[in-house]
Amino acid sequence: MPGLRDVAAITGIGETSYRRGEAQGSSLSLTLQASLAAIADAGLYPRDIDGVIPIASGAVVAEDFITNFGIPDLRFSATTPMGGASPVAAIQCAAAAIAAGICRHVLLPIGRTGYSGARISTRVHQMPQFRVVGEFEMPMGGIAPAQLYAPMARRHMEMFGTTSRQLAEIAVTTRNHAILNGNAAMTKPISIEDHQDSRMISDPLRLLDCSLESDGGAAVVISAADAARDMRRPRVLVSGMAEGHPDSPSVITQRPELTRLGIAKAAPRAFAMAGVTHADIDVAEIYDCFTYIVLCQLEDLGFCAKGEGGAFVEGGALGLGGRLPVNTHGGLLSQAHMAGMNHIVELVRQLRGDGGAAQVAGAEIGVVTGYGDMGDGSIAIMRRG
Amino acid sequence: MSGAIERPRAEPSADTQPYWDGLARGEILLQRCGECGKFRHYPRPMCDGCFSFAHGWVAASGEATVHSWTVTHHPFHPAFRPLLPYALVTVDLPEGVRVLAPLEGGDPADLRIGMRLRLGVDAATGLPVLRGAA
Repeated sequence: MPGLRDVAAITGIGETSYRRGEAQGSSLSLTLQASLAAIADAGLYPRDIDGVIPIASGAVVAEDFITNFGIPDLRFSATTPMGGASPVAAIQCAAAAIAAGICRHVLLPIGRTGYSGARISTRVHQMPQFRVVGEFEMPMGGIAPAQLYAPMARRHMEMFGTTSRQLAEIAVTTRNHAILNGNAAMTKPISIEDHQDSRMISDPLRLLDCSLESDGGAAVVISAADAARDMRRPRVLVSGMAEGHPDSPSVITQRPELTRLGIAKAAPRAFAMAGVTHADIDVAEIYDCFTYIVLCQLEDLGFCAKGEGGAFVEGGALGLGGRLPVNTHGGLLSQAHMAGMNHIVELVRQLRGDGGAAQVAGAEIGVVTGYGDMGDGSIAIMRRG
Repeated sequence: MSGAIERPRAEPSADTQPYWDGLARGEILLQRCGECGKFRHYPRPMCDGCFSFAHGWVAASGEATVHSWTVTHHPFHPAFRPLLPYALVTVDLPEGVRVLAPLEGGDPADLRIGMRLRLGVDAATGLPVLRGAA
């Protein structure tokens, strides 16, 4: 069997409510709440967890799970420090550890107070991955991800004719999905015109091109595929997975191809491992810190050619019943910014057939991606099984 | 320029100090490998072409060509609020590296890929700046 294909399965998913408002707990508290929900969903006890990959810029560590869950023998812990690419990259890390026989049930948890605590948009410079930009670009006013990523979107527009209205298509569809989900920070419908009227943040990115600062927690449990066969919920196998890093990974300014992300390197590996083609994908949960990042990833994933992303997303193509339903939960743009852990949760929900009002009919195979730290990418292809 | 509110300040390392010393003298210094001659930016200890640690510093010619840009309207940091909206332009240098710098003068709406600009050092900030090519 090629690589890590089908050695592991997602067996549990959990989320807190997602909010922008009064704090509902510390990062650690939110992380533990979501973790307990995921472990219960898997039909396990907290002490059954024998591996953990905390996704948290340092706020939560593996030891916290030993302390709080009374785990008698934690056999595996790791971190995958790739910003928003971390949760999906952690799937590959967990599957590798499971395939090696080190552990059986790995917890991937996150909890954040991105709204009530220190705002996410202005604290990224504290992360070591931003050291170079911090020294050379922040003193000139390039402070926030929106500003650092905007030149990629501008270049794409100039080279390929991509428009702000095409980016709006992504924002509108994603909001529609958030409303169907029910657990989302943003619940008011928006139109293309609302997007076009929203204030400019860093041209060409408007307010409604940007993801949320929000509070909440999300977690998944990844188990050995053989153990997953007899567990509480239908098994969702991880069939293909990979991570990829762009050239000039830490500095977008120096990147040879401004419109090519790390996932362009990872995607062919993941599709080959899973043994599926793009036509087999029923639903896609695509990391959406900004609308443009969705469009660029759709190209880099191979759903359309470079430069054709604008046309690809037009006409509601990413909505339910569209060409490729994307971010059926509302994503980071409209549900909550859980660094993409909520994308993994949603893909599993879809493949179990538990998508509720946002269920993609007959979804059997899907893809989830992560993006972070200036262009790192991660991908997992899953199937009901 | 922005009153009492200070801009985020660089914390140079031993690897990058010569670049900042150059800016203080009004020069934009680019690192050049002492073995194979490859330029690199931003400064770092080793050449990614031949892995040599030997290097020298060469003043940028000042020629610059627009690669991309953004115009910021949101005050992400209070020190830059008085400058809003401001354009940050990514330019290609003939030396083979890129530079990011604010555009001074001119209308950002006129920016186009391939447009020629002039790279210099802003006397007020001591940082790189781009101006219209004469």
